[in-house]
Amino acid sequence: MQHKHSFLVALAVFALSSFVSAGDVSGTVKFDGTAPHMKPIDMAKEPVCQKEHNPPVAIQAVVPGPNNTLDNVLVYVSKGLPAGKTYPTPGQPVTFDQHGCMYNPHVTALMVNQDFHVTNSDPVAHNIHPLAKVNKEWNKSQPPGSAPIDAKFDKPEITIPIKCNIHPWMRGYLAVFDHPYFAVSDADGKFTIKGLPAGHYTITAWQESWGEQTAEIDVPASGAKTLDLTFKARPVY
Amino acid sequence: MGRAFAVVVILITLVSAYFFAAHTWWLPDGASSHAPALDEQFKSTFLEAGLAFVLSQILLGIFVWKYRDKGDGAKPKLFPGGAKGPVLTAFILVGVELVGLELMGSKVWAQLYYQQPPADAVKVYVSAEQFAYYFRYPGPDGKFGGMHPDKIDVSTENFFGLDKENDVDARDDIVTGTLAIPVNRPVELILHAKDVNHSFYVPEMRIQQDFVPGIEIPIHFTPTKIGDYQIVCTQLCGLGHYSMKAPLKVLSQPDYDKWLLEQAANQ
Repeated sequence: MQHKHSFLVALAVFALSSFVSAGDVSGTVKFDGTAPHMKPIDMAKEPVCQKEHNPPVAIQAVVPGPNNTLDNVLVYVSKGLPAGKTYPTPGQPVTFDQHGCMYNPHVTALMVNQDFHVTNSDPVAHNIHPLAKVNKEWNKSQPPGSAPIDAKFDKPEITIPIKCNIHPWMRGYLAVFDHPYFAVSDADGKFTIKGLPAGHYTITAWQESWGEQTAEIDVPASGAKTLDLTFKARPVY
Repeated sequence: MGRAFAVVVILITLVSAYFFAAHTWWLPDGASSHAPALDEQFKSTFLEAGLAFVLSQILLGIFVWKYRDKGDGAKPKLFPGGAKGPVLTAFILVGVELVGLELMGSKVWAQLYYQQPPADAVKVYVSAEQFAYYFRYPGPDGKFGGMHPDKIDVSTENFFGLDKENDVDARDDIVTGTLAIPVNRPVELILHAKDVNHSFYVPEMRIQQDFVPGIEIPIHFTPTKIGDYQIVCTQLCGLGHYSMKAPLKVLSQPDYDKWLLEQAANQ
């Protein structure tokens, strides 16, 4: 009877551990110091888009959230993943929209060969131009009302600036990973990287104006780990 | 056949000349101080060339009618004396026409290109890039900061490569996507191309000037009518050329001062 009982317990622990042998890393990205002045974007050359922003929208070089948090920061595992391991490409597309002559989202991350689905919600044409250096560089016109563009990036690249060849102020960033352990901080500076197997990792946070911050972290076999990252504020000219 | 051809030639001549005489598709009203002189030159040229055109085409029609093939087997006759006479006449006529028009037009040209604008002209730098214009005013200190091409970053609205961190003169420079100028004051624009050829064209101002990469090109004019105009690019510059334009506002001096203050707050 005791053998059967302990066997069942061992079986239960084994079954549970195969589901919860991975941890989540979440946290907040913040900055130290004063939020830099962000110049408003002058859209005089495209009156239809200019009308959408009253008051004008500011450049997105640094987008602070409440309590000195930072939006649009890319957070990802840069070291510690087992070498040579491949991860399945997610089936769902990552959407990227052009609206009011701005890119939404401003910073996007996806996996190698995942569908990058670009839509034009404006009544004017755009010409999306990812300035890739590792992947193939391309640009494509998208007149108003035209079909979405579906593209794939087959190599990891951090990061690819995206510009519009018709509207000089439009800027976005894309990061392509060969693993799924990445996130982009939201309007409150919060991010979560899910399902990281237990181990020791280096986490890198990338902000387009302020560069990178890194931190070492030990992820437990199960449960969540909190990690806050802080950038030192600098003016953006 | 010859008669029909003669009639067609004369009809086409008269119909096409009509549209010019009737001003069916004509220039918009001029709004700058040199517009009347330029328009005079423009009209004189069209009148002179138009008259010469109509007369020569009617003459052609007459010749086609008179010396048509009458079906009697007659051979075409040569012009008495051969070709030398007509060719010399053509040279003289066309030469007089060209030199005459050039002499007439040189005054307007000199006014625009050989005279310097006065020292108190409103000076604005214009940067043309694919596919937008940006304008730079010196700001309250009256001084333009230096332009550093390596510092140009369109994603932070730094179209002129200003070094606001280290260059004190650059800190209050005003950069906008709209060109506003005060009425009845000379304005000097310094044109700079960031990438390829572009052009600055405002029909009402009777001003058109190419931007050429590597050259800073000054132009000047005096706007005489308050209003909203459009600057359009008339030098094919790429896939967005059709979309390349900027608003031009000619304002009263108080409105212009107010506009400058508003723009300064948006830097």
